[in-house]
Amino acid sequence: MRIDARLVKRLPPTGGSEAFELNVHLKSDADVTVLLGPSGAGKTLTLNCLGGFATPDEGRILVNDELYFDGPTKLRLPPQQRRCGYIFQDHALFPHMTVRENLRFAANAGRGNSGLNRHRRIVELLETFELADLAGRKPAQLSGGQKQRAALARMLVNEPKLLLLDEPTRGLDGRLKQTFYELLGKLRERSTAPMVLVTHDLEECMELAGHVCLMEAGRFTQCGPRERVFARPANVEVARSLGIYNILPAVIEALDPGRDCSRLSVLDQLWEVHYLPGRLIGDQGYVCMRQSETKVVVVSDAPAAANQLLLKVESASPSLRGMRIQLEHAVIAEISEAEYALCRGSERLKVEVPSAAVYFVGK
Amino acid sequence: MIDWFPLWLSLRVAALATLFVLTVGTLVAYLLSHKSFPGKNLVDSLITLPLVLPPTVLGYYLLVIVGRHSPLGQLYEGLFGQPLVFTWQAAVVAAFLHSAPIYIKAGRAVLETVDTRYEWAAHSLGASEWRTFWRVTLPLAWRGLSSLGSLSFARSLGDFGVTIMVAGNIPGQTQTLSVAIFDAVESGNGRLARILVIVISAAALALLWAAGYLSRPARAQSAG
Repeated sequence: MRIDARLVKRLPPTGGSEAFELNVHLKSDADVTVLLGPSGAGKTLTLNCLGGFATPDEGRILVNDELYFDGPTKLRLPPQQRRCGYIFQDHALFPHMTVRENLRFAANAGRGNSGLNRHRRIVELLETFELADLAGRKPAQLSGGQKQRAALARMLVNEPKLLLLDEPTRGLDGRLKQTFYELLGKLRERSTAPMVLVTHDLEECMELAGHVCLMEAGRFTQCGPRERVFARPANVEVARSLGIYNILPAVIEALDPGRDCSRLSVLDQLWEVHYLPGRLIGDQGYVCMRQSETKVVVVSDAPAAANQLLLKVESASPSLRGMRIQLEHAVIAEISEAEYALCRGSERLKVEVPSAAVYFVGK
Repeated sequence: MIDWFPLWLSLRVAALATLFVLTVGTLVAYLLSHKSFPGKNLVDSLITLPLVLPPTVLGYYLLVIVGRHSPLGQLYEGLFGQPLVFTWQAAVVAAFLHSAPIYIKAGRAVLETVDTRYEWAAHSLGASEWRTFWRVTLPLAWRGLSSLGSLSFARSLGDFGVTIMVAGNIPGQTQTLSVAIFDAVESGNGRLARILVIVISAAALALLWAAGYLSRPARAQSAG
């Protein structure tokens, strides 16, 4: 494991907030681990524990087989010796230094490099991140994207062994976010250190994550490779928190392993999906289906057939892909404008989900 | 002919006292703002004490602590070959005591306003705490601290009570400006008193203006 961190940290209640307990076990071998969750879930606290700016009450932090923290033996490596590159919210470039001085500060603080090597590394990094022309400027004279490049360059000066990024794209518009993801690609050419990135942006998580830890109220609700977490939410709460699923209550009516088939009753409609191992007939649970895979059957007068539902339309609003239709039972479907033109005005719409896209979670 | 010695002495005393305040005071303010240690509240109260005690009480304590028969006083005498009390150096100690508490209390607040993220960033880049203090914390707090230094200088210039207790009123040796004014009024020399009062008021006003100038917010500069 490149990162194996068990962290317990209790924060006493303060004036405005209740007591908080962080209790997580972060294990990841991936290049990029994303901590995804709402604000107040403890994402930044986890990052601070890894970087050495918060001391866990209990636990153990192992990064690249190096012990950073060990509760029982009271070992605690100071931040200076952990060699973590940390990108803070708002970047924390030193405001009284120019970009070059920021990098030089990092180079001088790191040990074991000769003066010539340091100089060469600074020049290289300024070049890589297209900062050569801006090197003489102070952070206040830089745009958001430029600051970000400078912060990444500064972080890489000392060849960090662990990269920690705290909501690096907060406050950037879509185009600048894309540029940032490209920059991270560039960063990979210079550093192979594992990265832990904190975000509450689902799309960012999809874009970058190898390993995902979903966080809520100081706990991981689910961890694993990205595809797995998004395709197989551990329970209905996780599926809800992801916000990409239509979720409906369902009961298992029949199971047939021979034909790899199960029958579910969804809103009194019979659905056929693949066989559900480890389930029993009569099990209650939920079917989850991606909103993006929930299709609207536009022209059809036939009653709802298998894997279909006839649902009342509640509202429709324009979206990036066309129209976003809100149906009863909080079902959401996205259709193109052409499709919408055909079914505009109908009170009820028939939706259909391919059986392979239906995922059943137990209660 | 006016004897300008008291003005010259006061400036020298205030300058030295301010130097001590800037070094010792900044260090103490940093410890109070960045470290937690047992008895921190007690230390804080001890530092505030000189602000509320009458100068005579402070002077009395000083006489006891650094007087000729105290261990500290004897150490000083052994090191410098002369006693501390009733010399102009004692006036420096008095001025220090007069201005340090305010500097430390306000300096602590200034140092606390420096965003910890800058210090964390420096630490994560491998910079020691000492280096971070010199290269990051101090430059970012510099405006506030130098403004406070200017205030300290003005305050050091004006100490009377403690100075007269520990340094006395020896003309040509320990008679600072504020003591000279007291002396002039006592002996009915109204003209001298008026001139010295105007001088010290002008100096104080200039220093306050400088403090305000130093602490004004930096002009906003942004490329947008």
